[in-house]
Order: sequence, then structure tokens, then C-alpha cells
Amino acid sequence: MKPLSRIVSRTVVLPGDHVDTDQIIPARFLTATTREGLGAGLFADWRRDASGSLRPDFPLNRPEAEGARILVAGANFGCGSSREHAPWALVDAGFEAVISTSFADIFRGNAARNGLAPVELDAAAHAELVASPGAEVSIALETGVATFPGGGSARFTLDPFARRCLLTGLSPLDFLLSHEERIVAYEDGLPRE
Amino acid sequence: MRPRTLFDRIWEAHTVVPEAADHPAVVYVDVHLIHEVTSPQAFSMLRDRGLPVRRPDRTWATVDHSIPTRQTGGRPAWLNAATRRQVETLERNCVRHRVPLFRAGDPGQGIVHVIGPEMGLTQPGRTIVCGDSHTSTHGAFGAWAFGIGTSEVAQVLASQCLLQSRPRTLSIEVSGALRPGVSAKDLILGLIARFGVAAGRGHVIEYRGPAIRRLGMEARMTVCNMSIEAGARAGLVGPDDETFAWLEGREMVPRGDGFDRAVEGWRRLATDEDARFDAELHFDASRLEPMVTWGTNPSMACGVSEPLPEPRGPEARAALDYMGLEPGRPLAGRPVDVVFIGSCTNARISDLRVAAGVLRGRRVHPGTRVLVVPGSASVREQARAERLDEAFLAAGAEWRAPGCSMCIGMNGDHLRSGELAVSTSNRNFEGRQGPGGRTILASPATAAASALAGAVSDPRPWLDP
Ligand code: SF4
Repeated sequence: MKPLSRIVSRTVVLPGDHVDTDQIIPARFLTATTREGLGAGLFADWRRDASGSLRPDFPLNRPEAEGARILVAGANFGCGSSREHAPWALVDAGFEAVISTSFADIFRGNAARNGLAPVELDAAAHAELVASPGAEVSIALETGVATFPGGGSARFTLDPFARRCLLTGLSPLDFLLSHEERIVAYEDGLPRE
Repeated sequence: MRPRTLFDRIWEAHTVVPEAADHPAVVYVDVHLIHEVTSPQAFSMLRDRGLPVRRPDRTWATVDHSIPTRQTGGRPAWLNAATRRQVETLERNCVRHRVPLFRAGDPGQGIVHVIGPEMGLTQPGRTIVCGDSHTSTHGAFGAWAFGIGTSEVAQVLASQCLLQSRPRTLSIEVSGALRPGVSAKDLILGLIARFGVAAGRGHVIEYRGPAIRRLGMEARMTVCNMSIEAGARAGLVGPDDETFAWLEGREMVPRGDGFDRAVEGWRRLATDEDARFDAELHFDASRLEPMVTWGTNPSMACGVSEPLPEPRGPEARAALDYMGLEPGRPLAGRPVDVVFIGSCTNARISDLRVAAGVLRGRRVHPGTRVLVVPGSASVREQARAERLDEAFLAAGAEWRAPGCSMCIGMNGDHLRSGELAVSTSNRNFEGRQGPGGRTILASPATAAASALAGAVSDPRPWLDP
């Protein structure tokens, strides 16, 4: 994972609450055995109508959304299944951060492990962003500050370890493997079954 | 010593490296379950790093999500090459890493959350993870069981550990008794309708109180299964005599003296009388009716004969629109195209018994397609032994091989756009059971009664008193 410290981009706004992972990437895209190319399934059933044509009014399909790296979403974003395909699809489509007032637990962890920053803002700052789609926002992960056009800003906190992984590209797997001795000692102490 | 909850004890017993300011705790995983959909990329991560599976003896694999549940011309009816490739990839990975695998057709195969308890792998006090959010099901036995992402699957394969920040604890105390014809499914739908889909976020739920104690193990699994729909990653029930009796004699459970010693240990797990939870909720089960969902998340639910509520807010309005429903009228009587009886929520033998009891000697409505999909090969076998399969087939329902099937619609069993289904599964999200499909979640009894009427129905008139 490449280190990520600052994200500067226009936003795309998807305002509804409780957007579940079945919407982020529908189940029929889960037959993949690799991580690449899942962006094609991102919000597939909202982006396209039954005949497969793009719906021009869906926020991600508007011309302004082209190249956007920040998604502004409603509360409890990413609820539902544990599928890591959801952040893979967002990352594959070019996103580096999702801004919301809250995230579902599993999604939050899955996102951070894939270089997608889960940025939780307070309701007022979030409302400001929802009201101005396409605003140019700058997210500094080191300091935990999101800066809005016109100079306003809002603070957010990331889980310290997730922040460290995002900033340095540290892989949690390496971190776990570095504790091999402790793991062996723990296993030695387990009752035999 | 400070009084502790069941969860506190499991947490403490599994901490390999305690939490610190700059990292979460390293937590040991007793049982790791894997399936074909969320594991291929994890095995690739191992391969890229040249890492082995550290504990193949603590890992079990099954196929469930994308496998066909019917045959054509004597062969499994694969949806497409991709689903087949996914299953073959798992087979290859399991052979290479010596992970035991239950293939389609094996007696031990089934939905991952059905077979874990069946084998007796799911035991009180254990940590159990799987790349699947409904791993919470196993909490019914007093285990800490939760869903993980695929990167975490790779972490467990490589280290048998996970990084976890300590979750908060939430007690949900359920008083009263369920009325006849009202089941565990109605209870969990009622709880989510009352407390919402984010009520459990950041928490492990312990379900407590007399109404929970009265539930059998399979009913407790139904409740714990949908903890994730309440936003929690895990839900558990303190183990008791009911738990121990259900486990005794199962393949992976110790026998004889070993069993007695295990029970002694399990008894000590119980939450102390004076233990404190971070949050507490109370619910009265005695007034519940059979529940149905009318919207596109599991909290949008009401009693089957209650008029649908006026939408409060744009999401409820959009949900009613998607479902093609109007407020002010009850769901009972609404024609349905499909009835699905299956999934890790409600496809165990007790669920099938209830459904067969409603359907036996009757015919399903000619306009309604009815699918009964057992949760595992062993459930299917047991249903055969009890001749439940005959009841389903004689009623005009389809009787399938075990798998997730129409719960997630990955294997070719799915709703067509616009179809309305009554389903015993756990998610009514837009398109969950197939693009454009519309799902009403309900209990097995309600689903079976709706199959007879061809319309959403209160099951109580059809149930033996
Ligand atoms: S039955 Fe449904 S919810 Fe359960 S594991 Fe399978 S797909 Fe997931």
C-alpha cells in the first residue's frame, strides 16, 4: 500500500444514510478471484438502469465527478456485509477518502487497510459539504484536518493505528508477523485439546 | 476482582499483546472459517509474500455462496465460469495449504454458519472469525464470533491473530415470553425495528433475560445472526444447560470426562451478577406479533397485520417507492411472487420443521414460486429422515441442495427485477436477492403461510396450537 498523507480533490456527494455494501458493489461482482477491476461494479445498480445504460442524474455519472477522489456519503456508510470488495471497488474507481458522519465498523477497518481514508466529520461540517457538491476539499491525514473552499475547516480523528498505516504504508500483516514470538508463547500456554 | 462480563473474559483470555496507544491488541483466533468468495485474494496475498498457513488445523473451509443448489442433466448447474472458477480456486488453495474443505456433496458441507455449530467447532468462550459478517451467528454459544475483511483473512491465515480495538459492551435484556406463533426471527426483527440499524455500532451485544433463556439453540443462532443488522459486529448469549446439551456428542466436542471438564469451564464464563456494560437496552417480547419488513433495511419492519407507517424522512419514502408499497395498509394480503426459505438465519432443522408443518398436506399458491434450501447437507439428511422433503415437494415447493442460494443471489437463484419475495434471510437491501428484486424478511412460519396464500400472511391460523 502506498503511503497517503494529503488528499486534495473535488467531492462527489451521495447523501443518503445507511448505504450498504450490496449497493457499493452488488453480489454478482463478488465472483472475482482478484482485486483488480472491481471499479466496474461500483454502485452498479444505481449507476445503470435495467438496460445497462448509465443514468445521467446519478452523482457518480455527472461530468464533474470525473477524476474525483473524495466521496461524501451519509451516516452509517458501508453497513451490511464484510466484503472488502467494497473498498477495493472504491479504490479502483479512484477514490482515496470517504467523508461521512459515521461508518459501519467492518467497512471502516476494510477501508483503512486499503488506502481509503474513512473521514468522520461532525454533522455541521458534513452538512456544509453535502450542500456543495464538487467543492474542492483538502484532507490532511497527519493533522486530522479537512479544509473547505473559502477557508473553513473541520477536525477529524482516525484510529491511531489506521492513521499510521495510511501515512506510512505499514501493513497490519507485517505488524502481526513481527509479534511471532509472543504468538508462539501464547500458543504454548494453551491447554492441549 | 472486578466483576466481568462474558465478553470481558473472552477478551482477556485471547489477548496475545495488549492494546497500546499506537496499536490495537493482538488477539488470538481459535477457529477460522473460510469460504470461496472472500478467501481467494487472501491466499494470493500469502502467495505474494511466500507465507504458509500457520495453523491449517485451526482453519476449516466450505463452499456455500456461489455453488449451485440444483442440477441440470445430472450435473451441478453452475451459473457461469466465474462461480465455478471461484470454487476451484478454493479447492486448490485448500489442497496446497492442507486446509480441510467440505466440497459440494460432502456430508459436512453447508453454509459456513450452519456447519460450524453442527460440527461442534463453535464452543463457548472461543474466538471465531470468518470473512463473512454473519459470523455473529456463532455467538449463540457464548463465543466471540465476528466477520472480517479479506485482508484480515490473510492475517489470520498467516498469524492466527488479528488486530482488534476493544469493543464496547451492550446488554440487551429481553423480558416477557414470545406468544405462540411468534419466533426468534420476529424477536430480532422487532429489536432492530425498535433500536435501529446502527444501535450496536462499536459494541458486542450480550442478549440476556428470560425471553432469551427460553429460546432453543437454533433460535438463539437466529437472534445472534442478525446482530450485524443491528450494527454490532458480534452478539452473544451466555452458555447454559441448553447450550451444553446441544453440544454434547458433536464431532469436535470432547467426550466423557473431557466433556464434564469442558462444561465446568464453560459455566465459569457467565457474566457476573454485578458486571457493568457500557450500554444497556430493554425490550419486552410479550407484545410482539409476527414481523415483516416493508422497506430496504431491516429496521423498516412492523407487525404483519399492522398498517404500514407513514414514511418519516426521505429514506423511508424512497424505500416504500422501491418496494412498491403504500403507507396506511398492512402488508398482509399483498401478493408475492417468490417465497424463499433458507439462509444462515433460518435454514436449520427446526426452521424446516416449522415450515413443513405449515405446508404439509396443502398446496402452495399456483402463482408463487417457493424455494426451500436447507442450510447444510446434514440438515438436508435430517429433513429427509423426518420426511419433511416429501411435505415440501407434495406442496409444490422446490427442495434444493444446501447453500446460500437466493439469500445473496450469486449462484443463479435470484429474483427477477420487480419481483416481490417473502424471505427467511437477513437482508432486504435493494437488489440483495437479485437486481431490482424486492425482499420482505419474515420467519419460516410467515414465509410458509405466505406460500400457501400467494400473499403475505399471518402464520398463526396455520400453526398447531
Ligand atoms: S446465507 Fe446469506 S447471509 Fe448467510 S452466509 Fe450465505 S449469503 Fe451470507
